[in-house]
Amino acid sequence: MEVFKYKKPLSLMSKSKRFGLVSVILLVLSLGLILTKGFNYGIDFAGGTLVQVKYEGKAPIDKVREAIGNDKNYEGATVTYFGSEDEVVIRTKMSSKSLGEDIGDKMRTLLKDTGNFKVRRVDMVGAKVGSELREKGLMSMLLAIIGILIYVSFRFEWRFAIASVLALVHDVTIAMGAVVLFGIEVNLDTLAALLTILGYSLNDTIIVFDRIREGIRTIKDPDLGAIIDESVTRTLSRTTLTSLTTFFVVLTLFLFGGEIIRGFSFTLLVGVVVGTYSSIFVASPILMWLGFSVSDFRLKEAEKVKREKEKEKMRAMYENGTL
Amino acid sequence: MKTLNFRVILFAFALIFGIVFSIPSLTQSESGKKITLGLDLQGGLHMLLGIKSEIAIESRTKSMAASVKYIFDDEEIIFDDLRMVDGKQITFELLDADDVAKAKELLKKELEGTVLSEDGLKFSLEMTAEEITRTKQNAIKQAVDTIRNRLNEFGLAEPTVAKQGEDKILVEVPGIKTQEDEQRIRELIARAAHLQLMAVDEDRAARVATMSVNEAKSFGDVILPDVNTQERYLLRQIPVLDGSMLTDAKVGFDENNQPVINFTLNGQGAKIFGDFTAKSIGKRMAVVLDNKVYSAPSIRERIGGGRVQISGNFKLEEAHDLAIALRSGALLAPVYVMEKRSVGPSLGADSIKASSMALALGFVLVVLFMILYYGMAGVVANVALIGNLFLILAIMSLFGATLTLPGMAGIVLTVGMAVDANVIINERIRELLYAGKSVAKSIEDGYSNAFTAILDANVTTLIAAVVLYAYGTGAIKGFALTMSIGILASMLTAIVGTHGIYQWILPRIDKKKLNFWFGIKAEGAK
Repeated sequence: MEVFKYKKPLSLMSKSKRFGLVSVILLVLSLGLILTKGFNYGIDFAGGTLVQVKYEGKAPIDKVREAIGNDKNYEGATVTYFGSEDEVVIRTKMSSKSLGEDIGDKMRTLLKDTGNFKVRRVDMVGAKVGSELREKGLMSMLLAIIGILIYVSFRFEWRFAIASVLALVHDVTIAMGAVVLFGIEVNLDTLAALLTILGYSLNDTIIVFDRIREGIRTIKDPDLGAIIDESVTRTLSRTTLTSLTTFFVVLTLFLFGGEIIRGFSFTLLVGVVVGTYSSIFVASPILMWLGFSVSDFRLKEAEKVKREKEKEKMRAMYENGTL
Repeated sequence: MKTLNFRVILFAFALIFGIVFSIPSLTQSESGKKITLGLDLQGGLHMLLGIKSEIAIESRTKSMAASVKYIFDDEEIIFDDLRMVDGKQITFELLDADDVAKAKELLKKELEGTVLSEDGLKFSLEMTAEEITRTKQNAIKQAVDTIRNRLNEFGLAEPTVAKQGEDKILVEVPGIKTQEDEQRIRELIARAAHLQLMAVDEDRAARVATMSVNEAKSFGDVILPDVNTQERYLLRQIPVLDGSMLTDAKVGFDENNQPVINFTLNGQGAKIFGDFTAKSIGKRMAVVLDNKVYSAPSIRERIGGGRVQISGNFKLEEAHDLAIALRSGALLAPVYVMEKRSVGPSLGADSIKASSMALALGFVLVVLFMILYYGMAGVVANVALIGNLFLILAIMSLFGATLTLPGMAGIVLTVGMAVDANVIINERIRELLYAGKSVAKSIEDGYSNAFTAILDANVTTLIAAVVLYAYGTGAIKGFALTMSIGILASMLTAIVGTHGIYQWILPRIDKKKLNFWFGIKAEGAK
């Protein structure tokens, strides 16, 4: 089957302002959401307790709320269905340091008269651990970005590195915006999803950049816009196909992977779409705006080659004993 | 043209290796190295415990005070006003100035790691800073060992107890069936099991009902409650002896057939106990466990042999757990929960079902898509994908790695991303075929053109995965692990493996049937 058969380069760069505008709007909306509505931190980062309870048959959610509301300690606790109508999740900001009787045990006592049920999961994170995890999470994001910057600068050029990292920030910000918009709870696995988006979206961008790097060497026309158009078009089929296969599997994970990893799979789903968009429409224009010059790059490459040759000449002379 | 080449042989080895070593995990056989399921998949209890190490300092100080008393009594040095200040200092006064030199020498010899300061005949004894650090470190090490012993004695399969960071303890207990069992295990871990035999302050005992805590302190006493009733006891603050001199503890039954715990003291303990009981006939001695008085019988005669009984209206189960706790030793410092995650076995099973379903469906979708789009080239990519999956399982099995729910997600994601390399390669091959290159040339150049892109892309993804592994905790580490292994394995299967397969089947590739082989209708191909 052939869907993206290359005929001539798409003129993407001429429309780059329009795509840029779309990205800026999405970014502003996302940042606005993050700043105004804020993240819905789950217990991993905020501390607290989560108790998952499964009933035989439909869960009597009103009775559960009432039973828990009777205990003043759990004021502000929320009860929601989880995955199916048989199962509910109780979330409270309370955590207990005691090993003996924990909040799960107390919930079991409180819910005693609400029907036949089983406590299937109790997660409790103390406030101190929560803030530690949040710090570590932020740190890991930064470290990943720094690592990527260094590697890309080393393999390509600093402008490529900046462009790819800006594209990453773009993707992660928009994914975070979607997380806020849909009220997804931010836990450790959401963070893992965001880091995966980092890796994934970069993957896409690198493939395009690799083509641009190749184009700079092989295409005669020194116009960067034309090289980018040609390279992006050449990789369009790969970008779309890989995104599709990844999208498929993430979608199955989202639909069938179970409620527990839904926050993870949702975040990834958004990330795959945004990541694909950004590697086609965002990363390369940034390269141009950063003032990347094809002729300068060629000059530098040529110099590098020259230096190498000189070195070799010297070495040869040295070996021949003429130096 | 040669048919077999080193690449395809390497791939075949990798595939056989993958299959052989993933069999134990797939069949869940008893023998062989296999993947352990994470607690979120098999159910279990995961806890991060903190430790109140200042309490270890306090109890160390207390036992130092007990030693001082014992040494002075033994050497007939007369002293007064021995007490503990702020939980880290002991003060006492010598009554006879002639004893000072002897006392100093004795304390220096018997109590290592302490500093003695004097003010006339008043002395204060404190641990050195190094000794305090050592005691804290010791407390955490001892807590790890003690908790491990207790869990092992409880008869649980493969509990993990390990020190994490400077002052945290990680406890993982798989295979807990019910919430009630879990609670019992938590109580067993938390039990300080701090046993003390303490003398009742008979001179002032009658006034205990009206005495304040501070007043008791001024006499060098403490007030402790009875374990079952409302009664309170006035006891000498410095115990006669404590659980560190205990050698064994067993469940037994008293004359009323009530469960009791019989314990035995070591030689030194038995001697102290014998001496004390001989001196204190007619007085009471309290058996105190975790600051609760279990019994306070009157001493009728000297008790030798070092056998003591604790009774306290125990349930059999309770007595059993308590005996375990006493046998495995006291916790030098109490522990508390910083983080706890517990998953019931049925939820774990549901998670396995759901994630396997997602994996299977995602796999089928990708496989079908690749065949549909690339024809035989898609089949080749799929062979590599299968090899990749087996390799992930095999490598994880060999390292005895833990598969968590996010880890399963990592494998699912790898399925999507591992074919990426083949998509890149196939696109390159197609490009060359469109350009009219021969099949053999297209394949060779396709691979070399695609290589840098795949390498750079994989390395950057790997950077993110490694950071995730280094900074992630628990289940998230599992995700980073499977993804990293998946990426590395895909370099072997998707690049080297498929290249080898092409070289192997090259003679059979019919250049007239490019649609069948590569899914394209290339006109100009030679």
